[in-house]
Amino acid sequence: MSRQGNRGTEGKKMLWYLPFISPSASMHLMNSELFTLTYGALVTQLCKDYENDEEVNKQLDKMGYNMGVRLIEDFLARSSVGRCHDFRETADVIAKVAFKMYLGITPSVTNWSPAGDEFSLILESNPLVDFVELPDNHNGLIYSNLLCGVLRGALEMVQMAVDVKFAQDTLRGDNVTEIRMKFIKRIEENIPVGDE
Amino acid sequence: MADKSLFEFLHMEMVAYVYQHQNGDNNNQERGSSLTTLEGMGFRVGQGLIERFTKDTPSFKDDLDVVKFLCKDLWINLFRKQIDNLRTNHQGTYVLQDNKFSLLTQFSNSKQYMEEAPKYLAYTCGMVRGALSNLSIDSVVTAEVSVMPACKFQVVIQRS
Repeated sequence: MSRQGNRGTEGKKMLWYLPFISPSASMHLMNSELFTLTYGALVTQLCKDYENDEEVNKQLDKMGYNMGVRLIEDFLARSSVGRCHDFRETADVIAKVAFKMYLGITPSVTNWSPAGDEFSLILESNPLVDFVELPDNHNGLIYSNLLCGVLRGALEMVQMAVDVKFAQDTLRGDNVTEIRMKFIKRIEENIPVGDE
Repeated sequence: MADKSLFEFLHMEMVAYVYQHQNGDNNNQERGSSLTTLEGMGFRVGQGLIERFTKDTPSFKDDLDVVKFLCKDLWINLFRKQIDNLRTNHQGTYVLQDNKFSLLTQFSNSKQYMEEAPKYLAYTCGMVRGALSNLSIDSVVTAEVSVMPACKFQVVIQRS
């Protein structure tokens, strides 16, 4: 694998990414086809249950959110990344560590807004859409909307409120898949009433 | 390569969605229909998966060979382990026992939550049935759990 080759030249800098090249990592890898096909079956079922694409998008986002709040714990337990100091670091961790760990791809982080609170993730390939074609009567469907929910849910659990949207989608004819993430605010920890 | 926990979380959400949607529609509807929905989804996925896995393998000698392939190669591909125990009566009934079924390990280690377990097995039963169907074997697949996370899948081959 080409990753191994880089380790020699950038010794200290790459230490951060080591957890994924460890021998036990292979125990966690599975055939991504199972995940892709299961996701396809799920979207098909949703399209059958709901009449319009907007509802399906909302359901996918909700399901993604529920997954995200659990996934973040799995992620933090298995990777040794510490607290991120700013949004740029967060973006790097998401692209280089999280996506690599869960989907085996590394999107690139680009298009930073001048204020530094918005960026884009460009995915050359999206494992969720292997074997998928959108039929003509589902033009409003954001097929991979689960990803937006996952990112939103995961970041909310680390005290960040973000807005995640698909800006481009290969299924709808664009060249790449682009996810736009915008930082809204830091969520303050709420101390339960009466807990002094 | 995807991560196994992704599939497990997605599966959890799928089960939750199917049950919540059915309950919203029709409170008196039998619970069976949610299981049927999940099994149907698994069926289609199983058909697709087996096509891809058996692209390059030689054809199977008989039913037992097919079931052994399911226990070894298919199970390894899906759950990274083999079926622990296969029993048959040589008359079309096979029992596949998995002592540590990966979709149930996070659930419980004992008899707690036993009533919920079938929901999480329906999808896998569908996958097995779909895989067999695309290898031209008609079957009925059911699952039973006595102590989690071990479970048994019973395959009964239908002869026409």
